[in-house]
Amino acid sequence: MIRFSVNGERIETDVAGDTPLLWFLRDNLELTGTKYGCGMALCGACTVHVNGEAVRACVTPISTLSGKKVTTIEVVGKSAVGKKVQEAWLSEDVVQCGYCQSGQIMAAAALLAKNKAPTDPQIDAAMNGNICRCGTYNRVRAAIKVAAGISARPVAKVKA
Amino acid sequence: MKQLARAKPITRRSFLKASAATTGGLVIGFNLPAGNRLANAQPAPAAVPPNAYLRIARDGAVTVQVKHLEFGQGVMTSLPMLVAEELGCDWSKVRAELAPAAPVYAHTMFGMQMTGGSSSVVNSYTQMRTVGAMAREMLISAAANQWKVEAAQCRVENGQVLGPGGRKAGFGELADAANALKAPDKVTLKDAKDFRIIGKPTRRIDAPAKVNGSAKFGLDITPKTIPNLHTAVVKHPPMFGARVAKIDATKVKGLPGVTHVVQISNGVAVVAKNFWAAKKGRDLLEVTWNLDAASKANSPDLKKSYRELAQKPGLIAKAGNTDAIKGAAKNVTAEYEAPFLAHAPMEPLNCTVNLKADSCEIWVGSQFQTVDQAAAAKAAGLKPEQVKLNTMIAGGGFGRRANPAADYIIEAVEIAKEAKVPVKTVWTREDDIRGGYYRPMYVHKVEAGLDAAGRIVGWDHTIVGQSIIAGTTFEPFMVKDGVDATSVEGVADTPYDIPGMRATLHTTKDGVPALWWRSVGHTHTAFVMETMMDELAKAAGKDPVAFRREYLGKHPRVLNVLNLAAEKAGWGKPTPKGVGRGIAVHESFGSVCAHVADVVLEKGAIRVLRVVSVIDCGLVVNPLTVTAQIESATVYGLSAALYGQVTLKNGEVEQSNFHDYPVLRMNEMPKMEVHIVPGGKEPTGVGEPGTPPVAPAVANAVFALTGKRLREMPFKI
Repeated sequence: MIRFSVNGERIETDVAGDTPLLWFLRDNLELTGTKYGCGMALCGACTVHVNGEAVRACVTPISTLSGKKVTTIEVVGKSAVGKKVQEAWLSEDVVQCGYCQSGQIMAAAALLAKNKAPTDPQIDAAMNGNICRCGTYNRVRAAIKVAAGISARPVAKVKA
Repeated sequence: MKQLARAKPITRRSFLKASAATTGGLVIGFNLPAGNRLANAQPAPAAVPPNAYLRIARDGAVTVQVKHLEFGQGVMTSLPMLVAEELGCDWSKVRAELAPAAPVYAHTMFGMQMTGGSSSVVNSYTQMRTVGAMAREMLISAAANQWKVEAAQCRVENGQVLGPGGRKAGFGELADAANALKAPDKVTLKDAKDFRIIGKPTRRIDAPAKVNGSAKFGLDITPKTIPNLHTAVVKHPPMFGARVAKIDATKVKGLPGVTHVVQISNGVAVVAKNFWAAKKGRDLLEVTWNLDAASKANSPDLKKSYRELAQKPGLIAKAGNTDAIKGAAKNVTAEYEAPFLAHAPMEPLNCTVNLKADSCEIWVGSQFQTVDQAAAAKAAGLKPEQVKLNTMIAGGGFGRRANPAADYIIEAVEIAKEAKVPVKTVWTREDDIRGGYYRPMYVHKVEAGLDAAGRIVGWDHTIVGQSIIAGTTFEPFMVKDGVDATSVEGVADTPYDIPGMRATLHTTKDGVPALWWRSVGHTHTAFVMETMMDELAKAAGKDPVAFRREYLGKHPRVLNVLNLAAEKAGWGKPTPKGVGRGIAVHESFGSVCAHVADVVLEKGAIRVLRVVSVIDCGLVVNPLTVTAQIESATVYGLSAALYGQVTLKNGEVEQSNFHDYPVLRMNEMPKMEVHIVPGGKEPTGVGEPGTPPVAPAVANAVFALTGKRLREMPFKI
């Protein structure tokens, strides 16, 4: 029996301990906001927070989570930082296909929770593990800066 | 007065089929867009079929059924913008849903429901505006009837009909009455000068759901939607064309969660209660393969044989007399290589099937609903109308989800048929990279001659590679006299007015499944044309921009984009030390895009510092989307130019995941600047034209910096 929490809810499970957190979230809890992209911690689509740290859920067996707190994209907006990041993602019109963006947002929120004003190299270091095939990286960077209050570069004059 | 020029008439049968698939919600439908009344007018909400394209609820919510796949390119915003422009509704009340497969949603130019060729807005521009205009006229008529005034005395504004004497009524209040009216036979579309929504930077409708995890992609179908849903992971053949000879499932049976091991036409599927069990089972499954019909290709051997073929002309794609090359003052000859490429969309392929004796329901992010529906029906032993295909938003696709062979659809139906449970197939990233349907490998050879004044006198261009189209249902339309139009597009139809130009094609057969990949033939033809033009400019002792101008006299639009890119990027001004600058311009999908790339060498690797882009895509519907798509297409092309290659060794694919099939990451991003040419009359393509010119712009920049010509993709320095 493994005990941990997901999004504030206590979990007790006898699911096989080698099950990656990603698939426990998606298949057992039906929390599908966390995405599968590579299964090898190469793309970051599955990024969640474990005790506040950005973690690749696809290579995190649930056996390692005893007593830990998991936060996913579904509730990251309940934290002040998460909310700012999501708002910046909308104001910068970051998303295209959107599939990688749960992971991008979780990685960005973890960065900003620790570092209120990251430099470009710090953003690179925190975000390099997150692949976006639509190539939204420059907008991701811009949104992180907007969320951090470093810059307020509007993408354009935009309708409500 | 414009009429329903392109939209095909909708039969009652097709309408009902479409509506049966879209019913839901307390909504009242308008009966659009055909000239006929399409549905009964009984007001009972549950009994009223929503319209195929548009429904307006009693609370005024406007829901547009988007007939194309949303996979990043923004159609869930741009198509509703077209409707809303004519409808005159409150934009904040507009919602978008992806339409299921149905004849009513056929592409107005291609006659089947599909997303490709950068044509979603192009083919919807008049059609979707007409939908909005018809609804507007019906709402006005409904209000005029209620007020007992002439329709001509009424107009719409921001979700209301306004009449004489200050009368007003919201669209929602009028929906029932409007629904009872006959749709108008003719409507007048707005003049572009009166546009309020089209052309305005508009944020994406689908963004909020994509930033809070609630957006449902195909992969996100769960037992909540389909009780007893199982997951299947397939062991595909290790080589293309290999067949299952023997299955040993000893290690798989008894694995917790695994329920079935079933053989299908392209491998063996392990079906389980969840992904992890299915994947474990798949990895433990032992299959012996029959390799008799398998492709045992080796990439180096293929390249060698392609290069040999390139030494002689192939079938004529563009006729011309190249005799002047022999006696030219200067000759330039070059050979180019482009490898197989996987699409590698972020969302791996998947397909969910709920198969019953007389029906089949499918959930899939499909670019090819009509093809996939028919293929599923065939695999299931049903009629196409017995297959309900729900279009799910997709995490990228880039052509991979538009497969004439419908490989991942057929596979899922076959598994569901054998296992007799509802099934979601999930491809791993390894399955995706190794699964074939690649941008084919190509070799080009160009021999060109310049006269003493540095003008081109001949250009003999030979292309070698597999056909994407041969063997598909598109062959009769896209292969002429043995020449696949997609193999030579961008060369045979170049806007450069080059004297003595000939292009020929050798079509090879390697047994490696081929498919279109964002910008199709232009992926390699633009690279060759634009680096060769650069090479000739150098040989002629001319500036690369000035040299190109000499051949664009008949194509002012291309010339304008070239000039604008040069101006915006500061062409001709000295670059900082250690920085090389290159330019390329290319026409594709009805649009013209130019990039100017600035590069440096960092630890022996190419780093692109900046890309300045100019796009002429005609009339712009949503400038935010256009900018985003040019950025996206540029990054996609840059990943391929710097890293992309799938190689074969004895028939097996050597790459498997993002460590050995790398793509651009954040720290490698150039600064990007996109300039849109204003003033177009009709929209032209947006999703793809940004990809072709980036590789040659970078190659030309590397030449400017190092003097070294890059003729093989991916680039090595």
